[in-house]
Amino acid sequence: MELINIGIRSIFIENMIFAYFLGMCSFLAVSKKVSTAIGLGAAVIFVLTITTPVNWLLQEYVLKEGGLTWLGASFAEVNLEFLQFIMFIAVIAAMVQLVEMIIEKFSPSLYGTLGIFLPLIAVNCAILGSSLFMVQKDYNLSEATVFGFGSGIGWMLAIVALAAIREKLKYSNVPDGLKGLGITMIITGLMGIAFKSFIGIAI
Amino acid sequence: MKFLRDALDKTKSHFEKGKKFEKFYYIFESIDTLMFTPKETTHAKGVQIRDAVDMKRMMMTVIIAMIPCLLFGIWNVGQQHFIALGQQAEFLDIILIGAMKVVPIIAVSYIVGLGIEFTFSVFRQHPINEGFLVTGMLIPLVLPATIPLWQVALATAFAVIIGKEAFGGTGMNILNVALTARAFLYFAYPSQISGEVWTFIGDNAQAVAGFSGATPLALGADAVANGTNMMTSMSSFGEGWYDNIYSFSNMFFGFMPGSIGETSTLMCLIGAFILIATGVGSWKIIFSVFAGAYGMGLILNGFGANPFMDMPAHYHLVIGGLAFGAVFMASDPVTAAQTETGKWIYGFGIGMLTVVIRVLNPAYPEGIMLAILFFNVFAPLIDFYVVKANKKRRLQRATV
Repeated sequence: MELINIGIRSIFIENMIFAYFLGMCSFLAVSKKVSTAIGLGAAVIFVLTITTPVNWLLQEYVLKEGGLTWLGASFAEVNLEFLQFIMFIAVIAAMVQLVEMIIEKFSPSLYGTLGIFLPLIAVNCAILGSSLFMVQKDYNLSEATVFGFGSGIGWMLAIVALAAIREKLKYSNVPDGLKGLGITMIITGLMGIAFKSFIGIAI
Repeated sequence: MKFLRDALDKTKSHFEKGKKFEKFYYIFESIDTLMFTPKETTHAKGVQIRDAVDMKRMMMTVIIAMIPCLLFGIWNVGQQHFIALGQQAEFLDIILIGAMKVVPIIAVSYIVGLGIEFTFSVFRQHPINEGFLVTGMLIPLVLPATIPLWQVALATAFAVIIGKEAFGGTGMNILNVALTARAFLYFAYPSQISGEVWTFIGDNAQAVAGFSGATPLALGADAVANGTNMMTSMSSFGEGWYDNIYSFSNMFFGFMPGSIGETSTLMCLIGAFILIATGVGSWKIIFSVFAGAYGMGLILNGFGANPFMDMPAHYHLVIGGLAFGAVFMASDPVTAAQTETGKWIYGFGIGMLTVVIRVLNPAYPEGIMLAILFFNVFAPLIDFYVVKANKKRRLQRATV
């Protein structure tokens, strides 16, 4: 039950984009076509689902104070938390490299359309954010995995919905000054209002 | 009439291209076409489909469909006022009090909205549509009668500028404009729009003993919080000053407090009948919203984890603004799903999400507004997948 709750929370309520404004750069830049958005969304889900538990293990058994106790009693006082950011980023970068190789092998066309944004997942704030939230919220391993997966789903849902809206926007007559990013920002805000419907739901 | 036509024809030359008031041409045109049928007709050559229905006539049909709700709303505002004071009143007095409250709200919404619309039409040179006549009527109908007028103005301005004109005007918005206005007020000034909604004019001391303006939805939220039985609290509510105010039939006819136009399910159904008979609204969406809400109500009945879940599912259809939202908001052809299969998915989704928010989300007593906005956001995506599935099916058929 608790796991379902965390899943729902991370998808709808604490949506990476509409609640925390994380991962906005690729959200705004790669949302012109639904098919590309789905590709990037899937990549983000994959990376999040793997990096969050891996980082949890890292945090639990290496970084946090007393985490290295399994090496011997003399390590009980070692606190490596100052290395947190750099270690998390290193794990994420490695995972992204892996995803990049997989996509290049199996779907060269998607690889071409994602272009620079694929390596940029490494510095997508949503992914580092998920790892940091997981530490902050004191989740255990299974909760962290669900949280990472849910955050990814939420992010994908947002970017795919935005891409569909932007495809429909072809038929609109947006003022010149707002074309492109301006109207996308406005849409994101309006989508945020719609996503507020879930705030407070608990099962 | 002849005199009016002549006057319009005479002034027309000033607004044509290259003349002094060229910029204001669309304002002139909208006034002209509002009063008289446009002269231009489609050319006989080169057009396959010809129909007398244009956007103007479509919007007017929607307004006609809203009139039962509006008139009933005006009457009900007055009626609730006198119930709260514990007085008997003549029909005319009731209407007078109701009109005193409702007409200014409509006036403000129209003046602000049309003002913005006219300004944009001058600067952006786009024609003025009758779209705002509908939106400007919907906004007052989804607000409580005690709403301060400046909030109406603010919400209308926000919705028209951000929700509509930023996208290019009528028919190009992604979220329902009237609901954007309501959502704006809902999040910006929650105390005026939710909780114990409007009841009567005057101060609390004048009210009849035991009076409370709690809506059935507020009773539902109470039931969840305190574990009281929903059905008994609804049937005992109003004892002493208006017995059986929340009986099923009373709620169906709409003799209860609530936002101006939303209380009467019957009037909404009359509106739905007009919309469906004229082909303006989609019966698929309207029907599937009701069906979705009823279905979700049944599912939650099965769980029965809290007293609100135990409420019989058909009560969900008459309390709150579900009927009004389903008929006038969800079926808005601009923001709804465009594909036929998509309409079913869209409608069911709205109905189910509405009941889920009502029952499971203690933060919001009513869910129809946010449910519709949520599915407005996802409507293009639903369409995208329906079209894709259709393409795939037809390709398969072609290759065999």
